[in-house]
Amino acid sequence: MRPGSGQASTGPTLVWVYVAHLALQDFRSYESAEIALDPGISAFLGPNGQGKTNLVEAVGYVALHGSHRVSTDAPLVRHGAPRAIVRAGVVRDERKALIELEINPGRANRARLNRSPVPRPREVLGMLRTVLFAPEDLVLVKGDPGERRRFLDELLTVRAPRFAGVRSDYDRVLKQRNALLKSAAQHRRAPGPEVLSTLDVWDTHLARTGAELLGARLELVAALGPLVAKAYAALAPGRAADLEYRASVSLPELSTDRAQLAEALLAGMAEARKNELERGVSLVGPHRDELLLKLGDLPARGYASHGESWSFALALRLASYELLRADGDDPVLILDDVFAELDTGRRNRLAELVAPAEQVLITAAVPEDVPEQLSGATYEVASGEVTRVR
Amino acid sequence: MYEGVVQNLIDELGRLPGVGPKSAQRIAFHLLAADPADVTRLTEALREVKDKVRFCSVCGNVAEAEQCRICRDARRDTHVICVVEEPKDVVAIEKTREFRGRYHVLGGAISPIEGVGPDDLRIRELMQRLADGEVTELILATDPNLEGEATATYLARLVKPMGLTVTRLASGLPVGGDLEYADEVTLGRAFEGRRLLDV
Ligand SMILES: Nc1ncnc2c1ncn2[C@@H]1O[C@H](COP(=O)(O)OP(=O)(O)OP(=O)(O)O)[C@@H](O)[C@H]1O
Ligand SMILES: [Mg+2]
Ligand SMILES: [Zn+2]
Repeated sequence: MRPGSGQASTGPTLVWVYVAHLALQDFRSYESAEIALDPGISAFLGPNGQGKTNLVEAVGYVALHGSHRVSTDAPLVRHGAPRAIVRAGVVRDERKALIELEINPGRANRARLNRSPVPRPREVLGMLRTVLFAPEDLVLVKGDPGERRRFLDELLTVRAPRFAGVRSDYDRVLKQRNALLKSAAQHRRAPGPEVLSTLDVWDTHLARTGAELLGARLELVAALGPLVAKAYAALAPGRAADLEYRASVSLPELSTDRAQLAEALLAGMAEARKNELERGVSLVGPHRDELLLKLGDLPARGYASHGESWSFALALRLASYELLRADGDDPVLILDDVFAELDTGRRNRLAELVAPAEQVLITAAVPEDVPEQLSGATYEVASGEVTRVR
Repeated sequence: MYEGVVQNLIDELGRLPGVGPKSAQRIAFHLLAADPADVTRLTEALREVKDKVRFCSVCGNVAEAEQCRICRDARRDTHVICVVEEPKDVVAIEKTREFRGRYHVLGGAISPIEGVGPDDLRIRELMQRLADGEVTELILATDPNLEGEATATYLARLVKPMGLTVTRLASGLPVGGDLEYADEVTLGRAFEGRRLLDV
């Protein structure tokens, strides 16, 4: 354990992880940039539109192979450049690893670990964990169910990188199955035995990968629920926050046994088959599920105030952070522009909760927005130049 | 754009699988600069495959006669058929020297996205081969990716009433991979450790 980190000594021994070095090439507004980072708190300050978020977005990309702002990679590459490169020197338990990601929009990305190419970028997932708080998180509460499913799946992937594989398998099965349903729906005649027996095969595969995803999500929600309640109570005392997973099929009570879940999915598909054949899409499975966020007896979506929604979004991130710490890995915290949205009380409570982390990266346009508890290294960001000023 | 004939060559090369516009250009200029005898040998080879090579009437493998070398070989075990997606998979498995039976080449895998259903594969031909009861074991060696797995499941269910032993190559093959790229040792081991397919 790192001395003087101010970490309470309860819980499992944590693996200290921080980013010591970040180099960008043609990433967003940066033609090239190179910065050294220390553990502890670093704040990136500067007027709007100068590249503060771009910088921490790059750190988040190393952890998730995706951005918190956009769902495709193209906007991440500097306008006019063919590809972007992000290099991060990550210190894990005092050993340094160099992770390099080459972002090729429309083609496969490439990754290197300590200068050796890895067969798939996926293999460097898990080298760095981050929890990123950003204004965009509001969609977790106010947005479509898809946003909340993505939140769960991303957290699953951060905890166990093999879920990147489960997710892409599931997406692939879904695409194949939808293609078959769609072509069946386009024919006027009732589908022949060949279509039906092929559909049976895809059902089996959807049930198998779907059960894996569903089971993992159910277990995650069970672990996360109490942590969300606790984080929400700490941020905004008042009504209790709670999570509830609503599946598109009726589930076995209190069981996440994968075989039972697969049975439940198969039964759901059998029931929906006629409807699916008519409409030409898959109507059953984890891609149709909802994570319900509740404040007291009411759903947060559509009912919670703006401030309550914000607190809920923050509570989801704080709970993720607690969960990852309970796994034994201290994630890097990224707070992109979050303080501007909060009143003084919640600003200070959030600051207290995040201050003990091994590394905290903060962006703010107005320096006074950053609570005093979070003073540390300071960088000035102005027209794509990053300078350490303190 | 280059002058007519050169551009034609680049366009033709660019239509080959795995050859992008840049490689097509590189190959074209390589051929332009090459020794005429080398180019003649290449054109001869191209003509010959089209003239002489066809698909085996029994298994669908490439053949220089009505039947392929393997189907004509009387020493091969007629009780076992190994089902693969492409002729190149036959080559990969033959290299392991683990398998003494015969093959059946499907010509692809089930993939609704690409519009490939069971009807587009040589499944009917396979069923005909199984009809007389001489074959007792079917090894499903489709690629270890989703489409290959789905095809294997489909076939296993289709032949289930016939009471054959149906096995699937053991894992150890890289998932999401191509059979062709599995190294010989891995593929050989996968053959030995093949498992019964339960559907
Ligand atoms: N792919 C790209 N190519 C070139 N420039 C880009 C690209 N993507 C974003 N930018 C530019 O980067 C700038 C935004 O940077 P960033 O989002 O980091 O700002 P910021 O410093 O966080 O500002 P704010 O305080 O408003 O949040 C914008 O001016 C935008 O035009
Ligand atoms: Mg910003
Ligand atoms: Zn043959």
